[in-house]
Amino acid sequence: MPSVFGVLFDGVAYGMLLFLLSVGLSVTLGMMNFVNLAHCSFAMLGGYVTVTLMNAFGWPFFATLPVAFIAAAAASVVLERAFFRRFYNASDLNQCLLTIGIVFVSIASAAYIYGTDEQPVQLPSYLRGSIAFLGLDFANYRLFLIATALLITILLIVTVEMTRFGAQVRAAVNNQRMARGLGINVDGLFAITFALGSGLAGLGGALAIEMVGLDPSFAFTYLIYVLIVVSVGGLGSITGSFAAAMLLGVSDMAGKYYVPAIGSVLIYLVMMVMIMWRPTGLFGRR
Amino acid sequence: MRRLTIAIIAITAAGLAAKTAAAQGTVKIGVVMSYSGQFADPGAQIDNGIKLYMKQHGDTVAGKKIEIVRKDNGGIAPDVAKRLSQEVIVRDGADVLAGFDLTPNALAAADVSEKAKKFMVDMNAATSIITTKSPYMVRTSFTVPQLNETLGAWAYKNGLRKVYTLVSDFGPGYDGEASFQKGFKDAGGEIVGAARYPVANLDFTPFLQRAKDASPDGIYIWVPGGPQPAAIGKTLKELGVDPAKTRILGQGELTQEEALKGMGDAGLGIITAFHYDYNHDSAMNKAFVAAYQAEFKRNPDMFSVGGYDGMHLIYEALKKTNGDTDAEALTNAAKGMKWESPRGPMSIDPDTRDVIQTVYVRRVEKVGGKLVNVEFDKVENVKDPFKARMKN
Amino acid sequence: MTSETIAGPVQQFQAQIRWRWSEVLFWLATLLPPVLVPSYLVLASQIAITALFALSLDLILGFSGIISLGHAAYFGVGAYTAGLLSKWGWGEPVSGLLIAGFAAGLLGYVTSFVIARFRHLALIMITLGLGLLLQEAANSASWLTGGFDGLQGIHTWPIFQKFDFDLYGYTAYSYSLAVLFLVFLVARRLIHSPFGLALRGIRENGQRMPAIGAPMHAHIRTIYTIAAIIAGIAGAMLAQTTETVSLEALGFQRSADVVVMLILGGTGRLYGGLVGAAVYMVARDQFSGLNPQYWYFWIGLLLIAVVMLLPNGILGGLALLARCLGVRS
Repeated sequence: MPSVFGVLFDGVAYGMLLFLLSVGLSVTLGMMNFVNLAHCSFAMLGGYVTVTLMNAFGWPFFATLPVAFIAAAAASVVLERAFFRRFYNASDLNQCLLTIGIVFVSIASAAYIYGTDEQPVQLPSYLRGSIAFLGLDFANYRLFLIATALLITILLIVTVEMTRFGAQVRAAVNNQRMARGLGINVDGLFAITFALGSGLAGLGGALAIEMVGLDPSFAFTYLIYVLIVVSVGGLGSITGSFAAAMLLGVSDMAGKYYVPAIGSVLIYLVMMVMIMWRPTGLFGRR
Repeated sequence: MRRLTIAIIAITAAGLAAKTAAAQGTVKIGVVMSYSGQFADPGAQIDNGIKLYMKQHGDTVAGKKIEIVRKDNGGIAPDVAKRLSQEVIVRDGADVLAGFDLTPNALAAADVSEKAKKFMVDMNAATSIITTKSPYMVRTSFTVPQLNETLGAWAYKNGLRKVYTLVSDFGPGYDGEASFQKGFKDAGGEIVGAARYPVANLDFTPFLQRAKDASPDGIYIWVPGGPQPAAIGKTLKELGVDPAKTRILGQGELTQEEALKGMGDAGLGIITAFHYDYNHDSAMNKAFVAAYQAEFKRNPDMFSVGGYDGMHLIYEALKKTNGDTDAEALTNAAKGMKWESPRGPMSIDPDTRDVIQTVYVRRVEKVGGKLVNVEFDKVENVKDPFKARMKN
Repeated sequence: MTSETIAGPVQQFQAQIRWRWSEVLFWLATLLPPVLVPSYLVLASQIAITALFALSLDLILGFSGIISLGHAAYFGVGAYTAGLLSKWGWGEPVSGLLIAGFAAGLLGYVTSFVIARFRHLALIMITLGLGLLLQEAANSASWLTGGFDGLQGIHTWPIFQKFDFDLYGYTAYSYSLAVLFLVFLVARRLIHSPFGLALRGIRENGQRMPAIGAPMHAHIRTIYTIAAIIAGIAGAMLAQTTETVSLEALGFQRSADVVVMLILGGTGRLYGGLVGAAVYMVARDQFSGLNPQYWYFWIGLLLIAVVMLLPNGILGGLALLARCLGVRS
């Protein structure tokens, strides 16, 4: 089997991770226009929850994942009630400044509590190593990641397309004022969506540890990639985030394999081409 | 105007001298390095090394009290490094500059050391040319060519003929690539391919896949400390690279303690060249590690030992000059100094003011259930080859 | 409610361009550091340089509504130009400054054609992308830029062949302050002019501007190029006064920091960038002196506090205060 499939596989896995980290931000930005640059701080929180539960309390890896989700979601609810609520009508720049302040505080706190070095995580042995298939090696962890992300994607799409809640979310994203006019409780809806999005980010953070490592600067490092996915995919669109994450993940891996000299910048080039072609994103509102 | 400026400097210097004299014999050491940001951990380890030395040897040398003034560089920022070095001399009255975890910062500060005539101790930054930038600078860490050229020559001597090199896409990576390739090619080996990965890269699959596809006898990897070494180890295992068939070579950071913890058994068999490991079998090192553990609840690493030996150098130099902090006097006292460090024997080259030490070749093995670097070969009294060639 | 009658356009401009006592006080205060806190002069000169950089960003972000996360590209190009000139033998500061400004302006002019066509998130991401691409290119071109190690061999000649750069920083501060003041005068004149008004119109509602005869794209290109020139001048000053240039001069961190400083000070006000830069850099210096490892925490709290209490930045808050106290300036 030609190595291009191996590269595609890795690209898809990386893309799935990016999707989990970004989908929450895309929906909340699309719905409420609230620029939450602290989104990756929730991801970082999820990661550290997993690390603490596994290393300090000896929990098995799988058990920590739902807790990472819930912890990040809970933290976002607290922050939303306490802070963000008052800034929905503030200017974009103020929202940026507020959330950057929160990022700084979260990075310093993480450094203080956990120290500045890498957090190691001992995965169960069946998640390490790889399966050989048709001459290529497929890493177990990446298979697991893809499976989990696909499951979550299906759940999300089912929720959005086939439930009342999902219909309300779609309405609020499309036209907030009309949705309010129809009696939809947009604020409450947003609180729930925000919590879900942050929870997913937390889950993404927990899953990311094994693939890309966890340290206090995670909140900043991944912010750029998340912003790229969100802007290329289009605000408020789950399919957009998915498509963008796949595109970016695969082009990143393919670029690094075939042309390492420009591999690092391919993701930025792709982003710029996509945005210039579709300024509002692949599936964004026009 | 030039004379007026010199006059101003002279008057303020005199004022400072008066101030320091009035301070009843204190020697202030300005430590400039990253205490925050992505290089905070190395900074913390260097600082621990400094603290431990002072705890063990007291804070008085040759009748003078030693005081440490800490300044945070916050990562790669040479303009900040220069400013902080200037400030620590001008504002805090520092007599000695120390620290410097990153090359651009060390190079910028070297300027200050030269102009203000202050003794400077580079406790970490490892690019060859750094010590040439100020006549009052001494280094106590290592240089990249020192380790990697030695590894290249060793690789050939031990049977490898075709090697693929993969390094990080920035200065120290290029240094590693150039040094290893030179050492290996000069001995007669062939480099079958070379690539560079982006500095912030986190997923090594495409790069290592390419390396594997080139079917070399060995893959040389240069990577800085942080999350990357563990990722590399894990990816190698995932791709089915067998260290017994394809040797994996690198500089010590590839198999540092936290890297091994992160990559697990995937690291078995990786060969690295380095100047310090906390498992080094000497009485002095065992005592050092025990004291370090007791004080800081973690093991020392090469950063710690750079800080520790840096302080040793300062203390011994001050003893020789009887407390005189004149840059020239301290530099002359430091030249040729030889001592036993936790890493092994080391000395300061009188010509280049750089460190001469033993380069250990280690392999990752499981000892007592733990993964450690076992030193199985060494090359002694290695000078920095880059500067040695510069002179000829 | 004031009982001022609405004057004609000429009188309005004249009223705006008149110097207020608060402005005069501000500039007089900048003469104090060499006298009061001489050991902080090196920091002061870097604040002046950053203030100039923030001013250039204000012209596009605050006054024209172009949010850029890649503005450090021009700062870096200016810095490397001045550094390379010096390395290749021409270390005269003032001409180096002008040449660097020109180089940065040229890059600004070329990119402005792309910039002018996009708004909102697309614009932000494009500026981010351009900045990151330039950073990578500079890293790869290490034969030119010195790469990670930074540019070596910069030596700045004494200004006007008389004033040498001293250890304390007297020359550096005087130089940076003088350039800041001169460029500020130019920017001030620019803003208090019909062109400046047109920019504010573009910020508020760009689509409508052509309807009243203001060529939106051309104006955006013009102000963007001017902002690039000024950023380049600031970068060149950094290279000349510190005699070092490294990749972080055009890095994302620098772009992000200056945006934060500007919002902190207050966007759309000429002094916003200056005040924001001063407050942020002094706070960072003091916090990191007190607590080298966790100063991020305190800066984060400072930012949150400012957003909660002073929604229009520090200057916005001061203006509100002045109005409450009925102060006329």
